[in-house]
Amino acid sequence: MTDLYKFTIAEARSKLRNREITSLELTESCINAVEGSDALNAYCLKTPDLAREQAKKADELLAKGNTQDMCGIPLGIKDLFCTKNVNSQAASKILTDFKPQYESTVTSRLWDQGAVMLGKLNMDEFAMGSSNETSVYGPAVNPWRRDGSEKKLTAGGSSGGSASAVAADLCLGATGTDTGGSIRQPAAFTGIVGLKPTYGRVSRWGIIAFASSLDQAGPMTKTVRDSAIFLNAISGHDIKDSTSAPFIVPNFEAAITGDIKGKKIGIPKEYRLDGMPDEIEKLWKDGAEMLRDSGAEIVDVSLPHTKYALPAYYVLAPAEASSNLARYDGVRFGHRATLKAGEGIDEMYARTRAEGFGDEVKRRVMVGAYVLSAGFYDAYYRRAQRVRTLIKKDFDDVYSTGVDAILTPATPSAAFGLGEMKNEDPIKMYLNDVFTVTVNLAGLPGISIPAGLSSEGLPLGLQLIGRPWEEGEMINIASVLENGAKFNFKPNKWW
Amino acid sequence: MSIDKETARRAAHLARIAVPEEELENLAQELSGIVGFMEQLLEVDVEGVDALTSVSPMALPRRTDVVSDGDQIDKILKNAPDSREGFFAVPKVME
Repeated sequence: MTDLYKFTIAEARSKLRNREITSLELTESCINAVEGSDALNAYCLKTPDLAREQAKKADELLAKGNTQDMCGIPLGIKDLFCTKNVNSQAASKILTDFKPQYESTVTSRLWDQGAVMLGKLNMDEFAMGSSNETSVYGPAVNPWRRDGSEKKLTAGGSSGGSASAVAADLCLGATGTDTGGSIRQPAAFTGIVGLKPTYGRVSRWGIIAFASSLDQAGPMTKTVRDSAIFLNAISGHDIKDSTSAPFIVPNFEAAITGDIKGKKIGIPKEYRLDGMPDEIEKLWKDGAEMLRDSGAEIVDVSLPHTKYALPAYYVLAPAEASSNLARYDGVRFGHRATLKAGEGIDEMYARTRAEGFGDEVKRRVMVGAYVLSAGFYDAYYRRAQRVRTLIKKDFDDVYSTGVDAILTPATPSAAFGLGEMKNEDPIKMYLNDVFTVTVNLAGLPGISIPAGLSSEGLPLGLQLIGRPWEEGEMINIASVLENGAKFNFKPNKWW
Repeated sequence: MSIDKETARRAAHLARIAVPEEELENLAQELSGIVGFMEQLLEVDVEGVDALTSVSPMALPRRTDVVSDGDQIDKILKNAPDSREGFFAVPKVME
């Protein structure tokens, strides 16, 4: 049994419960896989000793008949999550050696269930980016390559390390966070499942904040079923996050019945972009066909303010980021600039931040400060908030006609090469989020499912957007797409 | 609206990020591009539309204003670049 690391969470769960394998065996197998994966740069910190310790504890729990779903399951954790006494840096220089003295709610819930941490996963700095290239650790690399090419491709962003690790079987599942598409886009680029829950479903406490009204954590997994199991483990009300919803969490896995007869699936015409590659168009059409074949009704819908979602997002997210990132001033944690003679606290703040933040983070913090400044607040920030109301209303209107979920492509293209966007306008990178960002603005759940391969042999994803708090329904429909698409491809191991 | 060098300087100052004089011109250009992108929002008719500040269906919860935690000085100072006698230490602010 040398290939334990290739298990899905559901497979490992049943083998652990039946005592066919131990968590320690499974964990050792994963540690071994992680050891040989440096070329992917998915892990920015490996924690094998902690993993073994947790695995032994999980085995004790399992021996006593513990039946919690995540007990003994080895996971990777995005570097954005605060983990007690384990470096948590948001892939930023400014948080060099930051060791939180507390544990995020999401990771606490996982460890309480007996899950195992293999290490921290690479990401874009402060989750700002779509290619993992803004990371202080250098980019995570996609395990997939174009047919006949050795060019390194992006694993997407910001949760690129999580995506790369799950796709390359370097953990059974990983946490991600999604502010404008940061779970769903990297999942699509690497052929895995990425789920962003309804805003408020998962506690944000202890997750390093980017844009608080948009941020939401979620699972990145090998299968739709795994995403349901993982989501159940991390969901639920948390008194420490005032925006966490005090709702009962349903059993998402039990929602997977495969029966979608009579469900209404909306196809939004505004997502049909000019110049969209034919293969994305075809993928989308095939997906709708699969759902129709399973008894769903496919209806055309309109989300008229879609084209304003990205510009609204790029006002609101930087504005919130400029406030959230004000705390990195060299006083309480992280990097502090060395002062020259005659310099005081003002220079300390400005140089600490200049030295500690990378270019994209600086750009967004400055844009945020600008749109919030006197004279521009109403013209940009306030207006963007009002446009956000209209974007949310677009979805409310569609759902009020009885639509159960909306089907779209996950990304406008397959994974691109690392460095390929280097000399492009920053806005071109922002366009990666065109299909995903509306979902954050409206606070809805969304899931990206691998649905096919591009002409160059790279994974392509479809996105389902659910009704608020109806992740179960969304997951069930996603399972039908998963079965229909039969995406059982894996990258050829080259690392 | 295009952003000039002075406005770029002001944005950098508001963000408390030191930007060398010779980079301000380039920064102004970058910010102009981004702000230009945002200006698509001016096409939208937002007359009578309320601003959305939260997608949550509920009002923020309240709690009694009491101390519920504390006595964690060591933990709080653990990651500080400089601390003395139980306090964060910073360069002198006043003469």
